[in-house]
Amino acid sequence: MLTNDTIKQQLIEKFGDQVQQFQEPYGMLTFEAPKDLNLKVLQFLYDDETLAFRFLTDLQAVHYPDNKGRELAVVYHLHNLTANVRIRFKVFTEIEKPDVYSATALFSGANWMERETYDFYGINFIGHPNLKRILNVDEMDYYPMRKEFPLEEQTRVDKDDDMFGR
Amino acid sequence: MARPVQYNIYGQTDVKLVKEGPEGYMGEGFFGTSLDKVVGLARKNSIWPLPFATSCCGIEFMATMGSHYDLARFGSERVGFSPRQCDLLMVMGTIAKKMAPVVKQVYLQMAEPRWVLAMGACASSGGIFDTYSVLQGIDQIIPVDVYVPGCPPRPEAVIDGIIKIQDLIGKESLRRRNSEKYKQLMESYGIQ
Repeated sequence: MLTNDTIKQQLIEKFGDQVQQFQEPYGMLTFEAPKDLNLKVLQFLYDDETLAFRFLTDLQAVHYPDNKGRELAVVYHLHNLTANVRIRFKVFTEIEKPDVYSATALFSGANWMERETYDFYGINFIGHPNLKRILNVDEMDYYPMRKEFPLEEQTRVDKDDDMFGR
Repeated sequence: MARPVQYNIYGQTDVKLVKEGPEGYMGEGFFGTSLDKVVGLARKNSIWPLPFATSCCGIEFMATMGSHYDLARFGSERVGFSPRQCDLLMVMGTIAKKMAPVVKQVYLQMAEPRWVLAMGACASSGGIFDTYSVLQGIDQIIPVDVYVPGCPPRPEAVIDGIIKIQDLIGKESLRRRNSEKYKQLMESYGIQ
């Protein structure tokens, strides 16, 4: 039986105090690690016979503009298919140099998800084979989901600012 | 405020389902009129629409084509799915910026004379999708002849739009597409 406590214990045994911020929102184990360790943690979770987190459900980023030095979080959702256990793993990076190692070598499915994350948040996944925009138009010159950019289309002149909350 | 949809009440609108033939000189067994009018009459009653449906407006269009509203009554019996055969491009639904080149390509593949109908708020102006990824109206990339308001418009409104298009087609001069003004319009969209 794979419980959150055993996962947490194994992670601490392996990585010591480098894995931290363990939380269980809605029963789902969530933790973070330094961004340089992201592949090591993912590889450990993948290789270990009991942990066996071998399915990357989702990968995305979050922008916390007030979180100086760690503005961007990259979140990995992992799934152990045999035990049907899910965990969430985060790494944080500064916005000036958003370099994070790519997980494409470990999970082929990370390819498009990392492209999407790059497209919307500008995370530079080091080692990604084809890091270019996937959903937005190629001409786009910013990362639209970062909070400094307004959501609304800026080319419109016919909308009343008072009525459209600008 | 005038309602956006006109109803076909004889004498109250300038839109009439049953129209008399064009002006001309008539005698026993013959009828003479100008070529413009004959061509206009033929064109407007045999429009082949090309539906470019991306969302809920497309569903309303399907209702319009169905037996209850039956767009076929207006001469648009055949919905073509090849732009090269069609006269009227009906853009129905949200057009994302990434879809814009596709719409333009379809428009370019249509042969002259061609008309465009923007159906619904999204195709006309971006609608509620005032956001970075959505084209704020297809008139940013192709010229539009008739805008049908609504979110989505009812089939009556679509029929009203088609009748407006018919009106435009029937009155169009045969020389319009060769005129300097038309060329300028096309150039403003970067076509040719």
